[in-house]
Amino acid sequence: MSDIEITLNVNGRDRTVSVPPRMTLVDCLRDVLRLTGTHVGCEHGICGACSVMLDGEPIRSCLMFAVQAEGHSITTVEGLLKEDGELSDLQDSFWECHAMQCGYCTPGMLVASQSLLNENPEPSEDEIREAISGNLCRCTGYQQIVEAIQMTAKRRREGASHG
Amino acid sequence: MVDAPANLPNYRYVSRKRRTKEDRRFISGRGKFVADVEVPGMKHVAVLPSPHPRANIVSIDTSAALALPGVHYVLTGDELGEATNSLFHGLDLPNVVWHPLAVGMTRYAGEWVAAVVADSRYIAEDAAELIDVEYESLPAAVDSEKMLDEDQPLVHPAHGTNVLFRKTWTWGPVADDFASVTNTVSYRARWGRSSTVPIETFGVVAKWDDTHEILDVWASIQMPQYQDQIASALRIPMNQVRVHNDVDVGGSYGVKRGIKHTVLVSYLAKKLGFPVRFIEDRLDNMSGGDAHGPDRIFDITMAFDDEGVIKSMKIRALDDVGAYPGRAPLQLGKPITALCGPYRVNSIEYEAISVTSNKTGQVPVRGFGQSPTNFAVETGIERVAKYLRIDRVEVRVRNLVRKDEFPWQIPPGSRYDSGDFHAVLESAVKTSNWDDLIARRDALRAKGRLAGVGIATCLEPGGGNNIFEFLFNPKLEITTFVESVLIKVDPTGVVSAMMCTTTSGQGHETLVSTIAGEELERDPDDIRVLHADSLEALPTRSPVASRMAIVLGTATSKAAREIKSKMITIAAHDLGVEQDRIEYADGEFSVRGEPARKLGWNEICHIAHKQFHRMPPGHELGLQAYAVQQVPGAGGLPNEKNEVPLYPCFSFQAHVPLVEIDPDTGKVKVHDYFIAHDCGTAINPDIVRGMIIGGVAHGIGAALYEKFEYDVDGQLLAGTFVDYLLPSAHEIPGVTDIEHCTPSPLTSLGQKGSGEGGYLGAPAAIASAVNDALAPYDIEINELPIRARDIEAALFEKTQ
Repeated sequence: MSDIEITLNVNGRDRTVSVPPRMTLVDCLRDVLRLTGTHVGCEHGICGACSVMLDGEPIRSCLMFAVQAEGHSITTVEGLLKEDGELSDLQDSFWECHAMQCGYCTPGMLVASQSLLNENPEPSEDEIREAISGNLCRCTGYQQIVEAIQMTAKRRREGASHG
Repeated sequence: MVDAPANLPNYRYVSRKRRTKEDRRFISGRGKFVADVEVPGMKHVAVLPSPHPRANIVSIDTSAALALPGVHYVLTGDELGEATNSLFHGLDLPNVVWHPLAVGMTRYAGEWVAAVVADSRYIAEDAAELIDVEYESLPAAVDSEKMLDEDQPLVHPAHGTNVLFRKTWTWGPVADDFASVTNTVSYRARWGRSSTVPIETFGVVAKWDDTHEILDVWASIQMPQYQDQIASALRIPMNQVRVHNDVDVGGSYGVKRGIKHTVLVSYLAKKLGFPVRFIEDRLDNMSGGDAHGPDRIFDITMAFDDEGVIKSMKIRALDDVGAYPGRAPLQLGKPITALCGPYRVNSIEYEAISVTSNKTGQVPVRGFGQSPTNFAVETGIERVAKYLRIDRVEVRVRNLVRKDEFPWQIPPGSRYDSGDFHAVLESAVKTSNWDDLIARRDALRAKGRLAGVGIATCLEPGGGNNIFEFLFNPKLEITTFVESVLIKVDPTGVVSAMMCTTTSGQGHETLVSTIAGEELERDPDDIRVLHADSLEALPTRSPVASRMAIVLGTATSKAAREIKSKMITIAAHDLGVEQDRIEYADGEFSVRGEPARKLGWNEICHIAHKQFHRMPPGHELGLQAYAVQQVPGAGGLPNEKNEVPLYPCFSFQAHVPLVEIDPDTGKVKVHDYFIAHDCGTAINPDIVRGMIIGGVAHGIGAALYEKFEYDVDGQLLAGTFVDYLLPSAHEIPGVTDIEHCTPSPLTSLGQKGSGEGGYLGAPAAIASAVNDALAPYDIEINELPIRARDIEAALFEKTQ
């Protein structure tokens, strides 16, 4: 089958690409758009390494064809950086808490965490564990990830209270 | 975050809360993993797996695959087997031939029969489906215990038996010790075929550089002697192989071996004249890649007195390494390092049996076989306590090596370097509020739930030492496990260090920069750590065996101290005083007693690089130093009693979990987990903590969920994450970690290993907790994983 031209809004920029209809969204992001921060782990929707936000919702980009994302907005880990290229508070908290080891699941974890905090600025530990339970990490045992999300929420709370 | 232990020397950077060097690139999406490596003109590989556990290959027709547009080549085992040498085995097995693609016969379901090279992985997979293979299916050898019988189908007919190794060692007066006491317990413990299963599969890119006649390899690798094995298999000299060690590895924990993948794509790249890449998909990885870990049956007898003091033990370990052994059988050897755990046992008999079967080959896994052995020994400690009705903590207190007994030599010859096992155990009991945990357990029981408190104590040998291989294969007379570093200070005064291997999450850049910074009193954030490629690198044995803090860390101290010494020599010459009058502090070299006479760090760097006229005569220009570090305390061959010191440094932990079991479903919930841990000086506390908790998570997976299950015919039943269950943030509890610090006398700053400890103790601790929960029903399960359905079935049987 011939390639299909699609336009996606990726990290705030419209991108027009030609892709085979069977190409997954994650392969399009990585191999066509060269946004290699999003990773491939299991390709059957369990591990969450390929998580990106589609119109603000976390999804598995291995379970979706690129052509299905036509006209949608996608945020990848590269899009979590601030406009000036500096780290977001969530990314900074992941660093401060050493919420990773090998770093392979980290982009997906950040996407899941960002989605949680967008919906629920003050999640409980149980809510955090629920929100990241679709993202597998084999290095950390999750604890420092939970702490990084808690730190981000606390920093935002304190930042807000300080005006 | 963890506070530094109170008894630390006054370090500036070591053991202090500091951000790691590596994390920044990962949180920004800028890690460079193998799938991110883009080499111009690169083509893609897909492999065709055998559906049969054991079959003769009658014919392979590749014509339809080759006819597909975008396909460049289809490789089969016959061609590759002719063109390359057999891959390396740890044992001396001349008749067990191993190639990346099956030659003549397939030996497990999932073994690769052919490989397609195409413009994309999509096309390569399409083409693989068009390859027509005619098989003659044969009965398979599946049950590891039956391999000792002669009538089993032979996995490697030329070898003549499915037994690859069988040997019994006796260290100390086992018979006398058994005769001297009245009590024995005998039991069986089983460790299921599980593994560490990184989220990144294995991948490799190879390019034959025609200009320089060098094979370039980028791989997701964690393996000793990788470049040696590539060169040997491809029949080229080692100086034609350049492994790029600056590839971030997305988790390994031992398993990322990848030699068959690498030989496959390297052969293709050299033959076809363009770069070739193979990134496993998850099924490739779990059925045909380097995924499976130890699969063991232990039969153990312990002899002990009426006080519960263990005198001797007899251990028989039968390990199923699958179809191609590689280094896997040696995983029965490493546990000899700490064969009796942290206990004062006088003698040991050990029978190690390695068998081959028609299953996916076993690869090294975190701890290199130590975790199953620790679980089996701890099961015995629990048995002794139960037999004598002694408290489970107390029986450990009575058997642990005491603080004033170090260095303590165990019967096989290892010398435990240091520790305070009783204090760490006491700390775990105190931190967990043991009595309160028991009360919570009993409250849950009163509500009709099943609940249990577990305990395990365990050692983590660190530092590596190949000499255990010699016990299994005298041809492997290797008495070192070397690691190296090169430190350079440039004319502007900034410091770089070159380490020589890849990193898969251990934070080596942080390790090297922190220690170099500490020694040189320079900010680690300003020190750049590079990963030399294998042609630039100094001797290395890769980051396995909980060894990098010990061996690379000590090498870093040595090289940094040499740099400092050179700078002192230059300062003394320039200031016109004897070297012993120069003091160094905070970047300044001054004359003792005359603080105004001094030279700054940058000035000395300038002299060293650019001012020959101010240099001491005969002194080397520039500022660089390298250190090649031997394993501390190692280097000899075994004596006539087969005693030999193995790993040099011993970390210790005590684990205490509380679990609850749903009586209807058998589902286990781990409520709390406490661990007291001593790995000497922690170079970076956050890294150590992550290793410990992550290791515990691996251990919980091995104890409760994870297994590469096979059916009786040899078909793998767990090839996806739907069947092979990995614990999520729901299954792993919050872990409370208390750190102790008993510095090792053998390393530069007292550091020991910490990469494996959580995983080495957690399976035993969880099994202890589950069996405590099942004790009221008189049920004991000593086979891991203990899955919900196993508990449910045992309860059903008891309560009917």
